[in-house]
Amino acid sequence: MNEKLLVCSSLTKLFGTKQALTGVDLTLGSGKIVGLLGPNGSGKTTLLKLVNGLLQPTGGSVMVDGRQPGVYTHNIVSYLPDKMFLNDWMKVIDLIRFFDDFYSDFDFPKAMEMLQSLGLSSTERLKTLSKGTKEKVQLIVTMARKAKLYLLDEPIGGVDPAARDYILNTILTNYSEDSTVLISTHLIADIERVLDEVVFLKNGELTLHDTVDNIREQEGKSVDQLFREVFAC
Amino acid sequence: MGTEWKITNDRPIYLQLTEQIVQRIVSGQYPPASKLPSVRELAVEAGVNPNTMQRAFAELEREGLVTTNRTAGRIVTEDVAMIENIRGQLAAQKIEEFLEGMELLGFTGFQAAKLLTQYAKLHPALEGQTEEQLLPASGEASLAKGEGAL
Repeated sequence: MNEKLLVCSSLTKLFGTKQALTGVDLTLGSGKIVGLLGPNGSGKTTLLKLVNGLLQPTGGSVMVDGRQPGVYTHNIVSYLPDKMFLNDWMKVIDLIRFFDDFYSDFDFPKAMEMLQSLGLSSTERLKTLSKGTKEKVQLIVTMARKAKLYLLDEPIGGVDPAARDYILNTILTNYSEDSTVLISTHLIADIERVLDEVVFLKNGELTLHDTVDNIREQEGKSVDQLFREVFAC
Repeated sequence: MGTEWKITNDRPIYLQLTEQIVQRIVSGQYPPASKLPSVRELAVEAGVNPNTMQRAFAELEREGLVTTNRTAGRIVTEDVAMIENIRGQLAAQKIEEFLEGMELLGFTGFQAAKLLTQYAKLHPALEGQTEEQLLPASGEASLAKGEGAL
């Protein structure tokens, strides 16, 4: 158990003059499934990219397992971006072999098993796959790693409800005390019961960080209902 | 398989899990002294976070309904009297709810009870059972105990 798997201190990111994140303080321990919740443009993707070292902070710091994002953290962080990163010319099996070569913690049999459970063919070319199917393939290669920190940016947005259940189930069966899953989404109702904790982002600021059951106990309503009130348009 | 897990929006998830595990114990789905499925298995079955399921079990251990044995895992208590007592309390609660509902419809307690007996005699699912089977002596005894505890 690591109580400080992820530590963000006064984390700030500016894009030009636009404040994407402002002074975010966030500490996550291992063995948790955490929801990163906020409306569009609230800074969810920016935060995940900073944790993965794809962006440099304008101010403050990010530490993953005590280190700044870099070679070491890339070994223990498995990141599912919100955009497609697949090479279209590859076949599904090529991509899986590529990941298997690239990451020492990649579990090849597990990836194949997940492909089969989702009824996907390993010989199809990625460019022939639908958007939702591509997302499933991306998620498979992300989850087939034995990482300490999984950063999933909108993993369930584009897939059908049955696949959504399978994905949540995969996250649950994959659960270990040594790893933490940070999931950004706005589909809260679907995901609420698998979460330990939720983090609310609003206009780049962290407005709430608590456990799902504390919120239900104190507010007498689900996180989904609370979200709708806090972010009512 | 027994009942499905049901999670509503208004209350903490661990409390709802606790109640449903208790339900499974008093109904005999998890018999006294039997080994319970692992937290992980149940978490996946219910589609909930393993830590939340863990918390539900911690609650049951605190109440003494479940004990952890280092070699055998989690076991339902052997204390049949305790289980019966809780079953009686839960039954009394259900009856209270029923009577409150009937009162809203303008029935007194006795009228409601009479209607319930009539209904039980006519209900197809209960056909072929004698009145004795419908009201086993042990059920009455435990219910009385349950009411005493309320």
